[in-house]
Amino acid sequence: MTINPDEIVLFQWGWFKINSTIAYTWLVIFVLTFGSWLVTRRLSSEGKLSRWQNLLEVLITGIKSQIREVSRQEPGPYLPFVGTLFIFIAVSNVLAIVPGYVPPTSSLSTTAALAICVFIAVPVFGIASQGVLNYLWQYIQPTFFMLPFNLIGELSRTLALAVRLYGNMMSGTIIVAILLTITPLIFPVIMQALGLLTGLIQAYIFAILAMVYIASASKTREEIAKKGEK
Amino acid sequence: MDSLVLVSVISIATAGLTIAFGSIGPALGQGRAVSQALSSIAQQPDEANTITRTLFVGLAMIESTAIYCFVVTMILIFANPFWNYFLP
Repeated sequence: MTINPDEIVLFQWGWFKINSTIAYTWLVIFVLTFGSWLVTRRLSSEGKLSRWQNLLEVLITGIKSQIREVSRQEPGPYLPFVGTLFIFIAVSNVLAIVPGYVPPTSSLSTTAALAICVFIAVPVFGIASQGVLNYLWQYIQPTFFMLPFNLIGELSRTLALAVRLYGNMMSGTIIVAILLTITPLIFPVIMQALGLLTGLIQAYIFAILAMVYIASASKTREEIAKKGEK
Repeated sequence: MDSLVLVSVISIATAGLTIAFGSIGPALGQGRAVSQALSSIAQQPDEANTITRTLFVGLAMIESTAIYCFVVTMILIFANPFWNYFLP
């Protein structure tokens, strides 16, 4: 039983190591890319849709409507980033039902990388939508003395994003491993099913929180415009 | 008492205390959040979608404090950095 899949080395050649996190991350990326390529090869806009095209369309429409409801903006610029986060985390969590697969999200390296992506994306989207000065102005928003607290908040929410996903996924594997030693017959299956639910909810929450952070950094221009009209 | 024994006794006891106390607060908070959300849905069934979404995000935020305690517990038991100083 290990709490860090980075330590499971699948292949080693000199200093070059492939641990299970890297291997399964690439597996998920390959499955997603190849699957999407396979589905979008033959798209049809009329007549009968293929069932896989239907699945992808339902998924994308759902993500779009969620982004629209959460941020109250058009989902266009945010859809690629937030949708990718959701689909990647959801697929890598749900594949945990495959025996022998270790979810790459149960390693702190993966979740920290995803959280750092969000940490970088927030100022990028903020500056793109309202300019450098307006974005930096937010940090001293109530008074100048709130600057350190705003910076700490920015860092601590990134840490929370990483540790939340890591803790949830790691606890799922640990609980199943502990239950296998106590009640090995039926009960671990129930906890696995619960783990699937937790994985999907965590993917949803990660994407929604990323969207909320990005929206809070990029919404102010419309609010400023509204204040100007009044 | 050997210092290795001391470190392991203290870290195991602290791990139990951490997860015990760390789950009390989030449990109370989550129960309160769910009960409020249920009564709001009972009052306004039309807004059930928004309430449920906000509830899930809020529950995840509350739960993350319990998850921090769990991570600390796991570090104390499985990846304690202080054991390396006393291992022969």
